[in-house]
Order: sequence, then C-alpha cells, then structure tokens
Amino acid sequence: MRNEALHFALRNRKLVVGTVVVAVFLVAGVVGPMTIDHKPADYVGPAMAPPSGEFWFGTTTFGQDVFAQFLYGLRSTFLVGVLGGVLASVVGMVVGFVAGYRGGWVDELLTMVTNIVLVLPALVVLLIVNAYLGVRSVGVQALFIGLTSWPWAARAIRAQTFSLRSRDFVDLARLSGVRTPKIILREIAPNMSSYLFLTFILLFGSAILIAASLDFIGLGPTDSVSLGLMLNNAARWSALQLGMWWWFVPPGAGITAIVGALYVMNVGLDEVFNPKLREM
Amino acid sequence: MLKLDGVSKVYRVGAFGGRALTAVSGVGFEVGEGEVVSLIGESGSGKSTIGRMVLRLTQVSGGTITLDGRDISSIRDRKEYYRQVQGVFQDPFSCFNPIFRADRVFALIKEQYFPGVGAREWRGRVEDALESVRLDPGNVLGKYPHQLSGGQLQRMLIARAVLLDIRLLVADEIISMLDASTRIDVLNLLADLRARGLGILFVTHDLSLGNYVSDRTVVLRDGRIAEMGPTPLVFGDPRHPYTRSLLAAVPRLHTKWTDAPVDGTADGTAEERAEDLPCAYHEAAQGSRTRPGLAEVADGHFVACSGCAGAAPEEKKMKERA
Amino acid sequence: MALSVTDLRVYYQTLRGEVKALDGVTFSVADGEIMGLAGESGSGKSTLAKSLIRLDGRMRHAGGTVELDGRTLPIADDRAMDEFRFREVSLIPQYSMSALNPTRKIGKMVGELLAARGVPGGTAELERRLELVGLSKDVLGRYPIELSGGMKQRVVMVVSTLLNPSLLIADEVTSALDVSSQKAVATTLLGFRDHGLVTSMMVVTHDISLVYQIADTILVMYAGRLAEKAPAEVLVTAPRHPYTRQLVSALPEVGVRYEDRRLAGIPGNPPSLLNPPGGCRFRDRCPVAFEQCAEQPPFAEVAPGHLVACWKAE
Repeated sequence: MRNEALHFALRNRKLVVGTVVVAVFLVAGVVGPMTIDHKPADYVGPAMAPPSGEFWFGTTTFGQDVFAQFLYGLRSTFLVGVLGGVLASVVGMVVGFVAGYRGGWVDELLTMVTNIVLVLPALVVLLIVNAYLGVRSVGVQALFIGLTSWPWAARAIRAQTFSLRSRDFVDLARLSGVRTPKIILREIAPNMSSYLFLTFILLFGSAILIAASLDFIGLGPTDSVSLGLMLNNAARWSALQLGMWWWFVPPGAGITAIVGALYVMNVGLDEVFNPKLREM
Repeated sequence: MLKLDGVSKVYRVGAFGGRALTAVSGVGFEVGEGEVVSLIGESGSGKSTIGRMVLRLTQVSGGTITLDGRDISSIRDRKEYYRQVQGVFQDPFSCFNPIFRADRVFALIKEQYFPGVGAREWRGRVEDALESVRLDPGNVLGKYPHQLSGGQLQRMLIARAVLLDIRLLVADEIISMLDASTRIDVLNLLADLRARGLGILFVTHDLSLGNYVSDRTVVLRDGRIAEMGPTPLVFGDPRHPYTRSLLAAVPRLHTKWTDAPVDGTADGTAEERAEDLPCAYHEAAQGSRTRPGLAEVADGHFVACSGCAGAAPEEKKMKERA
Repeated sequence: MALSVTDLRVYYQTLRGEVKALDGVTFSVADGEIMGLAGESGSGKSTLAKSLIRLDGRMRHAGGTVELDGRTLPIADDRAMDEFRFREVSLIPQYSMSALNPTRKIGKMVGELLAARGVPGGTAELERRLELVGLSKDVLGRYPIELSGGMKQRVVMVVSTLLNPSLLIADEVTSALDVSSQKAVATTLLGFRDHGLVTSMMVVTHDISLVYQIADTILVMYAGRLAEKAPAEVLVTAPRHPYTRQLVSALPEVGVRYEDRRLAGIPGNPPSLLNPPGGCRFRDRCPVAFEQCAEQPPFAEVAPGHLVACWKAE
C-alpha cells in the first residue's frame, strides 16, 4: 500500500514540481545563511545598488545586502509558517474532529469556544499580548499566531467530519469493534487528507501574512529578518517609487512561490491518494 | 435468541432538544436461531432505527433488547457482542471507504478479532468466506470499491460477517440498491445462511422480498407494530387494514391493480374501505391480548387495533385507572 | 406515429475513452401509447430518456435521428431544442422532490416558470389540473417543505404536462417512493394519457412489475441496445429474449416463497461499454448462445408488435 502510494507520487508531475520548489526554498533558508559571512542588517555595500555580481539581489537604501536578507528572511518565514501553521492545524483538527464526531453537548461546547475565538479581534489581541510581554522572537510570534488562527479550520473540519460520520463505512468500523480515536484517524481523516493538507497550507500562508502585518506595525522580531519585514521596509522607504524593484520583488516572489508550490503539491497529493482520480 | 421487549426510541429535536420525536414505540418481537424475521414498513416507520438499536449504533430509549437473556446494553465489551451480531446496510458503495481497497473490511476484522492468525491461514479463511457467498476471490481481492459492482460489494460485506461466525445478522434494505438480476442471488444467500443456523433480521420496505425469504413478518407503522406473525398468515390472511392496503398497492406481475376485486366503493384507499370491517383486535377475546396493544388472532399471529371506534372508550378507561 | 427513433447513438465522454451508453437504438412509440422502458443500471435507459430532452456536457450525439410527430428533433443543438422542450416533449425528473426551490411558494415558482417559457399565466387551468391529480389549489400558496414527497411529485407532474406535450418522459419517478405513493403516482401518469393531456408516454424504470401495471408496451434494454419490445402482457407472460425471460423469472412476487420455489438470478455482469464486444452483448451470460451470436442479431419483429433482438427468437 505504502509503496504503491510512493509509486504514484513519483509519477505525479504536480506533486514532484511542488515538492521541488518548496524544497529549494527550504534548503536556501536553512543552508543559505551559513554561506554568508555578514549579518543581514550589516551595511556592507553601496546604497541603492542594483543586482550585480557582488550583491546578487542588489542593496537597500542603506547599503544592506538584499540577498543576505532574503536568505535569513526565508528561514524565519518558514519557521513562523511551519510553527504557526502546525499549531493552528493541530488545535483545529482536534477540536473539529471531536466536535464533529461526538456531536451532542460536546459539539455545542466546542463550537461555542470556537466561535468565541473566531470573533476575537485576533490582531488586537496579538498587539496587546506582544506589547505587554515584550517578547520579540520568531517562536513566540508563531505561538500566538497559531493559538488565534485555528477556529475557521476547526469549523471546516467539523463540518466535513459531520458528513463523513454518517457514512456507512464508519458504522461498519464500529461494528468491527474499532475504537473512536482509531476510527477518526484511520477512517475519517484519510478521506479528507487533501483537505487537511490544504487547511495546513492556508494556515501556513496566513501565518506568514499575519507575521508580516505584525512586523509592519513594529511588533515583529527585533532580532531577525523575515520576508514580511523586508517587504514592509521596502514599502516604508518607497522602493517602488524609487524604482528599486530588487528590494521588494524577491520577498514577494518568495512568499508567492512557496504558498503556490504548496497548493500545487496539494492537488497532486489528492490525485495520489484518491484512487478514483488516479485512474483518470 | 434475540428478544425485543417494549423497545422505544425517542429523539430530541429542535433547539436544546426541546421537542421529542418518537421513532419507535413499544416494539416487541423475537428472532430465533435459524429464523428469518422480516421487518416491513414504509419510510418513517422506524424499521431502520430498530435495526440500528439491535446493532448498538443507536441507544435504546425505553424497553430492553436481550441476547440469550442478557441485556445487550449491559455487555460492556462491544467486541464480544459484535462477534455474535453483525449488520449489512443498504448502500454497498457507502460501506467501503473509497480510498482503500475493498478487502480492507476483512483486514479490519483480522486486526480486531484474530490478530494471532497467520497471514496464510487468514487468506485461506477469507477465500472460503468469499466462496461461501459465491464470489471468485481472484476477482474481488485487491480491487478498489469503485471497480466492483453493487452486488459484489454487498456479498463481500456478507462474507465479512460470515468470517466472524456470527449468530445474528441484521440486513437493512440490503438489496434495494441492487439490480433485479442479482438481487435474488443475495436473497438466496440469506436463505442459505439461515440453513446454517443463523438468525436474520431482514429490514425491508418491499413486501415481495420479505415474503420470499422470511419465516415471520413484523409489519411496522409509525413506529408501532401493526401486525406480526408467521409470514404465510400475515400475507395470506392479513387482519390489519394497513397490511391489506400495503398488499393491495404492491405491483405484481400477472395481476394488474385494475383487476383486483373492488370491495365497497371504487374510490378511496383500502384503509377507508376497511372501516366497515370489524377491527380484529377488538373482535378478539380479552384473554388473547397477551401483549400490550396486540391481540393474538391465530397461533402466533398478532394484530393491533385498526384505529376503530372501540379504541376510544378503552383509552378513557385506561386514563381513569391511571 | 408520435415518436420514432432511428439508429440513435449517444456516447459519454470520459477520460478513459468513449462509453457507448446508447449504441444504435431503433424503435417507435405510437399515438396514445404508454411505453415502459425497463433495464438495469448501465443499460442505457436513462441515457435514452435524457437524450430526448437535453444532452448534458459529457454526452455526444454520435448518430441517428429522432422524429416527433413528423418533425426531426435537433437533439444535438441545445438552443434549437428549447422550442420543443416542455411544449412537445417534457420530462418528469428522477428527483423531482428536490427540483423545487425550498424558499419559494409553489404558486410563485410555477408562475415564474411559465413566464420564462412565454406562456400566458392562466391559473384556472393550473388549478383544474391540480384537482385532477387530487391536490387542492391551496398547495399553490404553500412552501415545498409543507408537502409530502408524493404531493411534490404530483406538483412537478402537473407542471411538466401543463402545455399538453406530445411526449412525456417519466424518469424513475416512483423509485424513491413508498409502496402506497408509488401506486398513486403511477395511476396519475395513466390519468394524464386517459384525459388526453399528453399524447404518448415513456415510463423509464428498473421495476418491471410496476411498469406492467400501467404500460401498454414494454421495451427492455440491455448494455446500450434494445433487447425486446412487446405488449406488456406478452412481455411478462411470454418473453422471447433469453435476457427478458431470466429477468422476469428472477422477480420475487408476493406469494412466492423460498421454500416453495427457489428463484435464480442471472450469473455474470453486463459487458463494459467502453469497448463493448462485437455481436450480441448478452452472449456471455446467455444460456442458449451459439456461434451465430458473434454477429449482432437484428431487432426484428417476430409477431405483430413483438420485436426481439435474438437469433433464437423465431
């Protein structure tokens, strides 16, 4: 079974292309910074220089190396996206699965909690918490993003679970004596695996964007660079008006490429795991 | 073997469960070993709810269901119960998880009940079970559900139940989605299982199917038993007007509705016409009312009141007593 | 001759190739005739019914003609069919219960529908016809949710026959209903013809015993082709195609019990229509097949009004 999925996975062009793109950015974010001997915020070159052999992505208004910023930014962006996305997905899935499968008062209680978190003005809460705690690391940022962005995922998963729960194969698994957590994991979740992955991708993307917004209002990590921070710096110093395209294109293209590649991967995964689509 | 006694099911509906909806009310009957009992009713009669309660997929609100005298809700270990009682449902396509191979239903049984059995021996057992439901193992093993026909899937589900060596099978509308040319084979299969000593609760809306395969018939209406008894008696000499109207409406080959003898006025349903007929329940002697709401009009043939005029004063009496 | 279909071919496009769902079908329905169209899943009966009304996106008209009252139906041209739909040929869909918009009152919905079709809205005729099927005119002021399944079905039936179509197609209209409403709906269909509201009718169903109750003739399809057409009585009592014979004898009837008479199904499965084998398509399951069956038998008349596609049907 597993080998077969792998067999189809390797032949699926969408999955392969998406994976390669994400992997390239990931490697660049992890390994790249080690190859550069100066800090991203260091003033190392001439100001406002376009891309050249020395500074591949050019420099900022202050003479900082955009390429170095990009590599470091990739790293922290991946970190925020993955940590925030994973955390929100896990919370959303647990709440969604339990509420949808159990129903009754459990569902009512969990739905109430979900709705309360949903209507909380998340950004304002983040603002207050961030300002109050004064902790400005990527990890803490990811934690708060994760804890506030799960509700819509929980609602969507609850609805899906609800409709799958009444399918006969779930009853059949119960008649086979399978316990509830196992039914959720092995009967219901695989049926929405592409949906769950899509949820993760969207949460990953939104975590990156929320992080960028936080960065913009001065509540981002003080000790590092992120793609969002780069974009916002570029905007603040009028890179667009000054024609310094090399400042904002790399971070913008980076975010778009990562999220887009994840989406293509998702479509590919759907084809691999759904035997009906596989044949078409 | 299986006995239902005054079983009821009340659903809470509306906001905060404010309203109650009675799906099944005071139903009692038995299924013996090697006996097929068909549970016949139209949509909303509660027949499927009864099937689900027997399978412990839905909780019983009132009354008891016992297996060999043991209340099934007191059997803590669900596996112990499901080893003896299994179900097959209406839609074979929905019974298989579409993303896995169809034979996964067997793997699930092995994992839960026979973890110690070796792979080769297990394969032998699966092949035997498939052959017993007249499937060619080579044809169905390793396939995905959408590559198999409804009849093949339904037979695999019966084979799955057979693997467990069960004593009671709940068959809920198992052939209504199959084609005419294959449904009779599945019905015959049920009859073969019966010959092996299996008790079968056959839930259906189709009177001719119920008649073909069952020893006893229970006719349900709005969650209550209208009539029950040996199949030849219920079909040959129906005493409840509802049973009669159902029988009259069944399309038959060789007899057209228009050919049927018309008693009373031509218009109106058989039920309206039957109002002039005496109510079998109130005609019966008081002593024959051995079950609540049912009178025994012949040996093992029970019938409920047709809703005749005699019912009103009796209810009054009951209220006075209470 | 109300309807005459000649060598009609309709194929379904799938990613694996074309499925020959309807592969060369020739028959006719006379004025005033109620023809039952029976077959199992995948026989092509629903494809036939649909192609006389509207080809959906995946269906392709691969050949053959359809004539209604002497005019050729442009079945491959969705626009041109608008002129015929509803007026000349009308369909009662399989799930007509869900065909009604739950948020609009019945009367309003019907009025809009008629206006869209350019029909002057006279409610008198509508009310008269509702009465004919046993509904009071009050239903026009109600929401679909307030009506039972059988009532909704009858509303849809009245609407689809409002313009006295020449041909009415009822697609599995009784399969989702309870026994008692089945009878009511079937008799209503019969009433449409008897009151002259429709000229002829095609009743598509998988249930031969039901269609036998109301049809004059029954046409049996198998794997995209016609197997047998005969007067209802003849088809049920003296079928000549081996498939029909086995099918009819596989139907349990009230009164037949397992102990007394064990019925048998038809072994095997219908062939795939992706690349169907040549010759008679029932060959592999047929108990009387012989060499000549490798050649496709013609759908020939063996007795007046009795057509069979089988070499051994003489």
